[in-house]
Order: sequence, then C-alpha cells, then structure tokens
Amino acid sequence: MTTIRNYTLNFGPQHPAAHGVLRLVLELDGEVIQAADPHIGLLHRATEKLAESKPYNQSIGYMDRLDYVSMMCNEHAYVLAIEKLLGIEAPIRAQYIRVLFDEITRILNHLLWLGAHGLDLGAMSMFLYTFRERETLMDCYEAVSGARMHATYYRPGGVHRDLPLQMPQYQESIFCNKAETVKRNLDRQGSLVDFIANFAKTFPSKIDEYETLLTDNRIWKQRTVGIGVVSAERAIALGFTGPMLRGSGVAWDLRKMQPYEVYDRLDFDIPIGTTGDCYDRYLVRMQEMRESVKIINQCVAWLQVNPGPVMLDQHKVTPPSRLHMKADMESLIHHFKLFSEGYCIPAGEAYAAIEHPKGEFGIYLVSDGANKPYRLKIRAAGFAHLAALEEMTKGHMLADAVAILSSQDIVFGEIDR
Amino acid sequence: MTSLLDLHALLLSQFPTAIENTVLAVGELTLTVNASHLNDLCLRLRDDPAFAFHQCVDVCGVDYLTYGQTEWETTGATATGFDRAVEPLSLTANLTTPRFAVVYHLLSLKHNQRLRLKVFLADAECLQIDSLMNVWPSVNWFEREAFDLYGILFVGHPDLRRILTDYGFIGHPFRKDFPLSGHLEVRYDAASSRVVYEPVSIKPRVLVPKVIRNNP
Repeated sequence: MTTIRNYTLNFGPQHPAAHGVLRLVLELDGEVIQAADPHIGLLHRATEKLAESKPYNQSIGYMDRLDYVSMMCNEHAYVLAIEKLLGIEAPIRAQYIRVLFDEITRILNHLLWLGAHGLDLGAMSMFLYTFRERETLMDCYEAVSGARMHATYYRPGGVHRDLPLQMPQYQESIFCNKAETVKRNLDRQGSLVDFIANFAKTFPSKIDEYETLLTDNRIWKQRTVGIGVVSAERAIALGFTGPMLRGSGVAWDLRKMQPYEVYDRLDFDIPIGTTGDCYDRYLVRMQEMRESVKIINQCVAWLQVNPGPVMLDQHKVTPPSRLHMKADMESLIHHFKLFSEGYCIPAGEAYAAIEHPKGEFGIYLVSDGANKPYRLKIRAAGFAHLAALEEMTKGHMLADAVAILSSQDIVFGEIDR
Repeated sequence: MTSLLDLHALLLSQFPTAIENTVLAVGELTLTVNASHLNDLCLRLRDDPAFAFHQCVDVCGVDYLTYGQTEWETTGATATGFDRAVEPLSLTANLTTPRFAVVYHLLSLKHNQRLRLKVFLADAECLQIDSLMNVWPSVNWFEREAFDLYGILFVGHPDLRRILTDYGFIGHPFRKDFPLSGHLEVRYDAASSRVVYEPVSIKPRVLVPKVIRNNP
C-alpha cells in the first residue's frame, strides 16, 4: 500500500523572492501549505551589541544599515530616543527637514516595495519604472548628505547641515552628449528644495501610471485579492503596525496618534483597507505615497520661506562650526571632547517610536549615565510581521506564499539586525 | 487619552501586590512587576477596558552586569596617559538588583497609551519567567530572541528555539560577559575543502573608553 507524505520544501536563503536571506521551510500537502517555518538571522550583525561599545553618535551610521531601504527613518528613531533622554529638541527648521526626508524615504521604500512586489507576482516592468523615480530621490539624499543610501544625516539636536542651495549637475561624458546633458540638468538649476518641489509636482502622475498598470489588472487582482487575509483584531494581537495594520482596517498611525516633530502641523490623511488582504495592503501603500507627496509639498512651502538654524547651539551635544573651532579655544575643546569621548546621557530609559514606512520602528535605550548606550533594543516592524507568516500562509498555495511575503514588505536588515 | 498620572494611580490601586516599583520619567511609565504575578497582571491589562493594552509591541532582555561601571577614571588626572588608564570592566560586580530583566512594551490603541513592564529574574542560576504567549501572540519571536541572546527561559512557550544566531551556536551573545568579537570565527579551508570554525584571532580592545560624567 502506498503512503502519502507531506512534502518539505526549502525556500531560500538564496531565492529571488525571499527578499534577502530568508530561509523558509515549508511543509506542503500537494501545493497547499500546511506549515511554514521562517529561519532568520542569516544577516544578524549584532547591531545592538556593537552600539553598546561606541559613543552614541558613532552608531547613527549603523542605523542606516538596519532597514537599508528606508535609511533616514531608522536614524530618526535613534536620534529621537537620544533627544528624549537628553531633554533637547531640534530647531524647528531641522524638524521640517526631518519630516521632509522621512516622507521622501517613505516614497523610496514604497517604490522599492512596489517594484519587488510586482516582480514577485510577474509584473516585471514595475521594477524598472519604480527605480526610475527612486533615482531622483536618491539624488536628494546625495545632495543633502553626500551619500546615496547610508546618509548618516540626522544628528541629536538637528540635522548635519542645511539643505544645499545648488543641486549637483550632470557632466558631459562619452555616454551623454552636450544636448542630453543640458536636458538632464534642466530641473537641477535651482536649490534642492526646488528640485524636490519639482519632483512632488510630477510624481503623482507617475503613481497614476503604476495604478493604470496594476490596480484594475485582472492578473494582479487574481494574485492578491483574498490572499493572506488578517482580521483587525488578529492584526493587533500579532503586533502588526504600519500599512500591515492599516490594511486590516485599523486607523492607527503614529504620525497622527502620537505626533513627533511637526506632523501635528501638517495636513494629511491615513488610508486604511477593509478586508486585510494583499490587495488592500497594496492599495494602502499606493495611497500613502500620495499622502507623502502632500506632506512634502507642505514642508517645501515652509522651508522655502523660513530660514534658520538646523542644529542646536549646544556644544556639549552638537559640534561647533569649523570656523569657530579654528579661532576659539573653547570651541576647539568642545570639538575634541565630542569627537573623542562623545557626550554622556543622564541615567534612565526611553522608548522612541516613529511611523516607519514598514510600521512602528522603535528604539529602546537604557543609559547608565555613560557616553555609550548601556542597552539598545531595536524594535523592527518587520520582525513581528514575519513572525505571523505561518498564520498568514497556512492553507494557501505555494505561489501565494510569495505574494504574502512580499506584501509584508520584508527587509532583512531590520529583522536580523 | 487619559493622562499618564491617572493611569499610574489606577495601576497602583488595582495591582498593589504585583507592582514592586514605578518610575515616571521622560513621559513614560515603567512598572517593575513581580515575576509571579506577571501573567495575571498582563491578562488584566489586556482585558480590562480601563487599560485595553491589546498590543505587545516589544519584548527584550537586559543584562545589568556592568551597569554604572566605567572603564576610565575621570575624577582625577592620571600621570600614565590615555590608553594605560583604561580599566576593563569587572565582570564579578555585586549588583543591587538581580542581573537579568525582561522588558515589555505595551500599547493601548484604545487609550493611545504606552506602558513599560520590567520583570527582574531573581534566581540567577535558573533564568525562568512565564511566557506571555497566552496573552499576546506577538511575543512569540520576541521571546525566542530574548532566549537566544540572553538565555532567559520562557516557561510555556511552545517553540523556544534560537532565532538570530547560527545553527549550533553556543552561548548567549548579548550577555555583558560575552566578548564583542565572540569566541569562534569561520573561514574556508582549502585543504579540507570546507568551512572550519576556529577560536577568534582578534584581541578584544577598547576603542573609546566608557566614562560617566554627571555634568552633561
């Protein structure tokens, strides 16, 4: 007599749809998933332990590398936790700049997600379109911080420097003739703020293009509608946050509920889904990009007419200007102490959470009064989402596992830390 | 949103035995909870509409072994120079609190409030605490992580395996007595044509000494 056994399939860790280094052990009955056991940790770098061994400011760069598609948002939570314990607040202009770049980062993140999600479900051209727009936003990163991805731009007490008044220009080369170079530099004649304003003007039509391709697409709907449904109660119990929670119909957004920086002065809406399936999560993220454009427009309008400092003038925490450092003894001492020893934070603990593109990204900081964190815990949104993968995929087909996984917007930098 | 002070008073009146200590600082409320009352307290915090903490946002372990210790004498000048004044942290300190703690971050969507629970593990030989899987399913991986990194056993967890470290990893890397560079390193050995594990060749060193200054 023949016996029928379930089939165990090893998905990843080097699978193009595994979004990095996920190893997923699937138990299949035919093509139906009976159990899914994600093995994570293949990208574990012990960021939290490393942070315990260095002064606070030296870990800002590590934060970029957590969720490496929404770099500045990670920095933001870390910087907020430090500011909370120090009892300082960034100047208003710095707060607007942070919000501006948080929203740019949200669009960056959602574009990558959309491209990868499309790629996973067979809509290959999405990836090319979204990367075209990502390029523009990466240029904003580069103009403001010098780095296209790992910016290290936010600092406790403000941001590293003010927005540049000139955009870097393309140079003529053997790949790009003179006429083409002039064309490429057309929107780069003004300042960075003008460049962003121009982007915000053209980007909604790009979102329309994506939606034309996907939203009413029969194949897209077949792959996403009714797949990976999570009810609102279950989403809360499973620790879902961000678009995952809002896709299930819970109107919860930290930017509205527990506003940080200047979000309480800005006008924007929170899109929510109704059924909590992959299609709803797609719609929520698409709408979030439109809301981000709204926020960017308001920030741009404010930043254009309100100059001011972008860093606190408190040299125990923030560095003095290079000019002062070279002429003033006290500034030199401050500069030396700050970059050798760092600053000490009063003993205590704080948890700072922000509405990261993927959900709630929190930093729990324990200080014993020293110049290094005593304990740093990074609460990554994707960690809780991926933990629920088994529940979400059970009973679905193998191909749906890919749809569900990519609808969670998984990035291993933040999950494995 | 009721104020944090109201929540504080309400919690103290409702759970006089379970709560050992409370701290209200930087706009956050921390309760130190007796480990034996943890499960009951959390069920009440979740189900009582006055609290409605339906979401457990985060669970993590903390090792207090070197809390408050410094590596560098800052009160007086030394004649011996910078690097020679660095003292390694003593790993046999006598602490005033138990060494390990588990910290829970709760969120009430209804009242828009956060709460932090801290549970110290009194018995250093047997690091056990009740799992909260029956209260919030979200703690699943967070508890696995705390087990992996600190060796804290969550009693009642259905699947307490290592999660972040390598297959076959020995030790709990986030404990303060675990060196930053670890114990083992891997390399590909051409002779035996496989990856081999060897003791680390990096010497532990302090790049920036830890100092505590009270006049920030």
